[in-house]
Amino acid sequence: MVNRVVVGAHYGLGSWLAQRITAVIMAIYSVILLAVFMTGGALNYGAWRELFTHGWMRVATLLFAISLGWHAWVGMRDILMDYAKHDGLRLALQVITILVIAAYVGWAVQILWR
Amino acid sequence: MSSAAAKKTRPKYLSLSALLFEIRLPSTAWVSGLHRISGALLFFPFVAWLLYLLDTSLASEQGFSHVRDEYLKLPLAKLGLTVFIWAYAHHFCAGIRFLLLDLNKAIEIRKARITSYVVFVASILLTIAFAWRVW
Repeated sequence: MVNRVVVGAHYGLGSWLAQRITAVIMAIYSVILLAVFMTGGALNYGAWRELFTHGWMRVATLLFAISLGWHAWVGMRDILMDYAKHDGLRLALQVITILVIAAYVGWAVQILWR
Repeated sequence: MSSAAAKKTRPKYLSLSALLFEIRLPSTAWVSGLHRISGALLFFPFVAWLLYLLDTSLASEQGFSHVRDEYLKLPLAKLGLTVFIWAYAHHFCAGIRFLLLDLNKAIEIRKARITSYVVFVASILLTIAFAWRVW
């Protein structure tokens, strides 16, 4: 047994845990949404619009969007750390990833609270 | 033995073609690799596409009927939806497998192999079940 001294910011564990917690949130939302669709009849505009006027649906969808953004950040960062070897390229792609996530969440808010 | 080892260059980095055609990856590696590929695809372009569809279908009655009766009737849109369904199903099933592995469930190699096959079968069955309604 080697007594290792853990050094560094060790935020890796936080990211790892966040990715798992957000995964569970999204999985639960997906199953609930699927159940709503399966139990409902033929989808028309009125019913579709009505579904997204409920406060709980808006908040649940926002939680899903935030979870997705956080989850995707950890995942995309992992992918970029593995394959984008050039520091400048990796930084640029990470910045683009963050901007895309921010745009997604902003767009989702705009759609939900129109 | 030692001479044979000396000839080999170490470390050996496997190219993409080597991974695909020279060696046989275990099924668990395919689940992991496809989890990554499906995750990247879901992030881009599928989230953007779905937000566009959600936006258009909620904006107005015309937008809704355009999406349902015209846009999603296009073969390319149906193909896109099918790929999305597979990516979501695979990412979902493989993700649950990884969560269970994190909890030390089915961590032995034999069980881990079985669950990797379960992921493939379940995600393909889910894809067929939902793609059926799309087409």
